[in-house]
Amino acid sequence: MLIVLLPNILFTLLLIVALGFFARNVSKIKNNINLGKDIDRSDNPKARWGNMARIALGQSKMVKRPIAGILHVVVYVGFILINIELLEIIVDGILGTHRVFAPFLGGFYNVLIATFEVLAALVLVAVIVFWCRRNVIRIQRFWKDEMKGWPKFDADIILYFEVVLMGLFLLMNGTDLAIQTNFPSAVHYAQAGSFPVSQYLLPLFEDTNLDKLILIERTAWWLHIFGILCFLNYLYYSKHLHILLAFPNTYFANLNAKGRFANNANVTAEVQLMLDPSADPYATSDDTAEVDKFGASDVMDLNKVQLLNAYTCTECGRCTSECPANQTGKILSPRKIMMDTRDRLTEVGDNIIKNKGTFVADKKQLLGDYISHEELWACTSCNACVEACPVDIDPLSIIMNMRQYLVMEESAAPTDLNNMMSNIENNGAPWPFNQQDRANWAKEL
Amino acid sequence: MIKVPTLAECMAEGRTPEILFWVGCAGSFDERAKKITKAFVKLLDNAKVDFAVLGAEESCSGDPAKRAGNEFLFQMQAMTNIEVMNAYEVKKIVTTCPHCFNTLKNEYPELGGTFEVIHHTQLLRDLLDEGKMTIEEGTFKGKRITYHDPCYLGRANNIYEAPRELIQKLDAELVEMKSCKSRGLCCGAGGAQMFKEPEQGNKDINIERTEQALETKPDIIAAGCPFCNTMLSDGVKNKEKEDSLPVLDLAEMIATAKDL
Repeated sequence: MLIVLLPNILFTLLLIVALGFFARNVSKIKNNINLGKDIDRSDNPKARWGNMARIALGQSKMVKRPIAGILHVVVYVGFILINIELLEIIVDGILGTHRVFAPFLGGFYNVLIATFEVLAALVLVAVIVFWCRRNVIRIQRFWKDEMKGWPKFDADIILYFEVVLMGLFLLMNGTDLAIQTNFPSAVHYAQAGSFPVSQYLLPLFEDTNLDKLILIERTAWWLHIFGILCFLNYLYYSKHLHILLAFPNTYFANLNAKGRFANNANVTAEVQLMLDPSADPYATSDDTAEVDKFGASDVMDLNKVQLLNAYTCTECGRCTSECPANQTGKILSPRKIMMDTRDRLTEVGDNIIKNKGTFVADKKQLLGDYISHEELWACTSCNACVEACPVDIDPLSIIMNMRQYLVMEESAAPTDLNNMMSNIENNGAPWPFNQQDRANWAKEL
Repeated sequence: MIKVPTLAECMAEGRTPEILFWVGCAGSFDERAKKITKAFVKLLDNAKVDFAVLGAEESCSGDPAKRAGNEFLFQMQAMTNIEVMNAYEVKKIVTTCPHCFNTLKNEYPELGGTFEVIHHTQLLRDLLDEGKMTIEEGTFKGKRITYHDPCYLGRANNIYEAPRELIQKLDAELVEMKSCKSRGLCCGAGGAQMFKEPEQGNKDINIERTEQALETKPDIIAAGCPFCNTMLSDGVKNKEKEDSLPVLDLAEMIATAKDL
């Protein structure tokens, strides 16, 4: 009895282990994002759901670049719909059934399987084109400095994963069809499904005996589900979390005009005190509470949405390809800002796990060790990166927070900017002109 | 001779002008930008708009300080300006500078200054639509004009059409650059870059943008921002085309068309 049930038990164990690992990684991500500062994005839920529906579900920003956009939609729709089949695979695996949904769905089952097959074939084509874009055409944004090494390999691994998974899916169906066609008496393999794509594999199996066919079918079936569970757990170590995080990321995205940069409330309190003649200058001197630092030098100084942004980034590089600084050869790359933020956040998270819940200073920080001053000062704040991001990531806000730290905590602005700022302080203009002369132009009319 | 009233003078006369023209630092001091200021004032005067300026009571909006990361200086500027404008009970502001426009419109409300802020291209478009101003055809008829979207007007505030409508009203031929509107390329001046040398690279951003403009073979490059105007004028000079290819603000073009 136990031997008969062995596959079911193995499958159930595999499923539990895979989902357990995945849950552990999800909680790591959640903990790491929670290292960030709170930010209130609970306003206007209607607009937020709308954003999510349009941008994440509807891929509206993806298709602004039609070739990559449409191919991506194919892979995305394929991914979601083929997951319905995954449900059946899981039920079959646990119960030891085969195509358990077929009797319930009747003719519709054939429509479903046929649709999955066509989608799988389209996904294969799209993924091969993606691979060529990266490795044959060598589109520039995939070959920038920050993509060297692991990020490049990571991107290719994902594509190989998808080719293998789709291949196994079609092979599994093809051998199933071969059994159904050539050995109609095989009890376990009832006549079910319609196979518009894998039917072309039939000639390969004309002379294969039943045992071999079952072996191939079972192997493909097992490798397929095993591969999917591996993929699920690979997500955390890859750049591919966007398939899940694009949804919360677009929900929590900034809804204000892009030109409205966040107000630093810590500064507001101090400035109000300075400008208020009746304020008691010693009023806060007893306050022993730790003063927040101005701006950001490490990931804990950023807010939760910025950290969510970092995990959501899939390194497509549309931001970098639209960045005027990057286009003209400066080292700034908005994608690198996001990758650095994510890598540093993972490092900090691992440090906390290693030290049983507390962060032990590691003489490193995001500013300087990951992101250089030169990158930060090259930004024109033009918002091209924010506009370009297909999932509403905002690299600009991180750049601005870090500039605030440089200027307000370290007085480390470029000399020219210090001159500009002292002019504003002294003359109310970024140039050394007298404020009294502001309306001199009116005399020239 | 046009008399430009200040809010202080208006208050002394016991009247509140309908709209404050926020001139901005560039519009007040920069030789090139002052021409835009004067052209716009001529148009306001011509359309009998009830406006005033702050004159010596105006101070930097704080935009370059904020983009440079100096939130202290920005908020000091903002709160001081807000105090002045609230004292004059300012309700509506027009500005020729997208940076001032963006800061006043989007970043002042949280600090206590809530005003209706419009860009001068929007005001000019409205004046034309309402028939308070007319354009005589001729000067720009059939000219190829390419329009450069200022980041702080376009992407930052989604204002793409008002300036383009003005070009069409001039009966000119609007030709778009390869990156325009929401994908418009920055001129290189934003984010306080105007006031510093660019970082090491292989090209200056304004040169890249000027090359995109030149690809459209324009007779005129239109701009709606004093900083973009400077950057593109420098780019055109770099290409040694300054004698044949003017970089003009939309206010200047309309003033010219109206022979003001």
